[in-house]
Amino acid sequence: MTTVNLNPAGLEPAAAEICPPGREAWRMFRRNIAAVAGLVMLCTIVLVCVLGPVVFPVDPFEIVWAPLTPPGESEYLFGTDYLGRDVLAGIVYGGKATLVVGITAALLSVVIGVTIGALAGYHGGWVDSLMMRITEFFQVLPALLLAMALITLFSPTLTTITVAIGIVSWPAVARLARAEFLRIKQLEFVRAARAISASDARIILRVILPNALPPLIVMAALNTGTAILFEAGLSFLGLGDPSQMSWGMMIGSNRDYILSAWWPVTLPGIAIFLTVLSISLIGDGLNDAFNPKLRER
Amino acid sequence: MALLVSLGHRLLHVVGLLLAVLILNFALIHLAPGDPAEVIAGTMGGVTEEVLAEIRRAYGLDQPFHVQLLTYLGRIAQGDLGYSYYFNLPVVQLIAERVLPTLLLVLSALILSVVLGTFLGVLTARKPESGFSHLITLFSLAGNSAPVFWTGIVLLILFASVWPIFPVTGMQSAIREPGFLAAALDILHHLVLPMLTLAIIYLAQYSRLSRASMLDVLGSDYIRTARAKGLSERKVIFKHALRNAVLPVITMAGLQFGNMFAGAVLVETVFNWPGMGRLAFESILRRDSPTILGILFFSALIVVIANLLTDLAYRLVDPRIKLK
Repeated sequence: MTTVNLNPAGLEPAAAEICPPGREAWRMFRRNIAAVAGLVMLCTIVLVCVLGPVVFPVDPFEIVWAPLTPPGESEYLFGTDYLGRDVLAGIVYGGKATLVVGITAALLSVVIGVTIGALAGYHGGWVDSLMMRITEFFQVLPALLLAMALITLFSPTLTTITVAIGIVSWPAVARLARAEFLRIKQLEFVRAARAISASDARIILRVILPNALPPLIVMAALNTGTAILFEAGLSFLGLGDPSQMSWGMMIGSNRDYILSAWWPVTLPGIAIFLTVLSISLIGDGLNDAFNPKLRER
Repeated sequence: MALLVSLGHRLLHVVGLLLAVLILNFALIHLAPGDPAEVIAGTMGGVTEEVLAEIRRAYGLDQPFHVQLLTYLGRIAQGDLGYSYYFNLPVVQLIAERVLPTLLLVLSALILSVVLGTFLGVLTARKPESGFSHLITLFSLAGNSAPVFWTGIVLLILFASVWPIFPVTGMQSAIREPGFLAAALDILHHLVLPMLTLAIIYLAQYSRLSRASMLDVLGSDYIRTARAKGLSERKVIFKHALRNAVLPVITMAGLQFGNMFAGAVLVETVFNWPGMGRLAFESILRRDSPTILGILFFSALIVVIANLLTDLAYRLVDPRIKLK
């Protein structure tokens, strides 16, 4: 184990070696078998979704065989769907839309949530109450229905879907960011920064935010999982981008045939399940890795 | 008296929130591409010019913006959520017909997941390192990661096709036997699978939450006191610890009820359950915007009321926050 000694003068060589927090967290994360398994699984899924279309350049919408052919009864490993399209090709091509929308929407929710939460927690007073009113308003709105309404009123493109998911999933991030900012702004190093007359923007972005990051990163991971489930649900309802193959859409379009064919709905569902599960495992692992109480074990 | 004042404040707050939801609805109608009258009519260009003219007059769409907003709010205040040109019925009536099935589905799933989840949480908190405990953790992780509509479909494949012991869709059989009891049993029979689907997701969350909360409570001093005075373990757990450990569970159940009500869309769609979620799905397919906006407002109303009741229930259960 290599560690960095942060003591430039070389004093107190006997003192415990200090790691930068990021490396310390990574060391903890590596020890967590479930989390590493999640990371490996997610990397595999991402690789398949990114490289798959390059290695197998086919059209997932193309009709290739008799409809509803079971897996193993033709050259198509996962069988065909109700129109005779290759289920395996659908799964390989369908992941991209789901992953892109999930990750972008989660990032969007973190950016909105951290901005609102940071302003509320740092400034306090009327800014705080205004920001929290806005947050509460979005928490009262039923997320799925709002997203459905937005997508119906505007067109169902990947951008609309991403924005709709981002808009409905930031309130929890804002509450967390606010609580972290409220806690950290009382600490001495923040007061020290203020004493040397650092600007508000500098204190928020360079002093408080880096210290508030660990729980926010965990939340970002969990939000990505939720956003992927959200995208899948919307595509299942037929509100996805019709020109993009996606796992949710495969399940939705084949669901009328489940009593005779289990594969075109079950297999894409397993893909969604494994993706979200791997992200949850990573999120749990990060949560433990960032928790100093668990470090000594 | 203090309670009344605080209740008054809460009510004012609730009205403000609902007003904000209505203003959002109004803004959405106007921001959406196309003629607002067509958005209100909510069809893909199938409305006659007379209907559009009638809507423009009724909603005052030729008036200045603030007058339009006031007209809109006035209509809502009279209980008019708009008219669905697809279903050819007032939206209020459409929603009223669909509320009870959703309520039945959501409440039964919530009660099942809260009771079973708390029980599992308590069991695992007593022996946090046991194999059973890890199994429950694994299960709750899986329950959280599976898309709810997919869980429903898998249950359908298993228990309506492979081993057909439950009906495929709907809430009642086409051929109905006479008598109240037979009808109730028939509905119950149809309820099992959608209820389980919804409950699995929430069961995961409640077992996690009650486990964490129970572990927290079991570490506190008054539990040590209870044990020290020689109470049986059962009494310590169920009479002393559970009372406090269940508080976060109650809060979450209350806060979640409203969201479950709105989130039943996917489950109701899978099982063709004739509730509000299914109505939302049908109206989306037909681009029936008055219905979807009406459901949005009604769901927000339910969420707000559920939150208010949770707050009140919390005050009743936990005497420490009576005067806050």
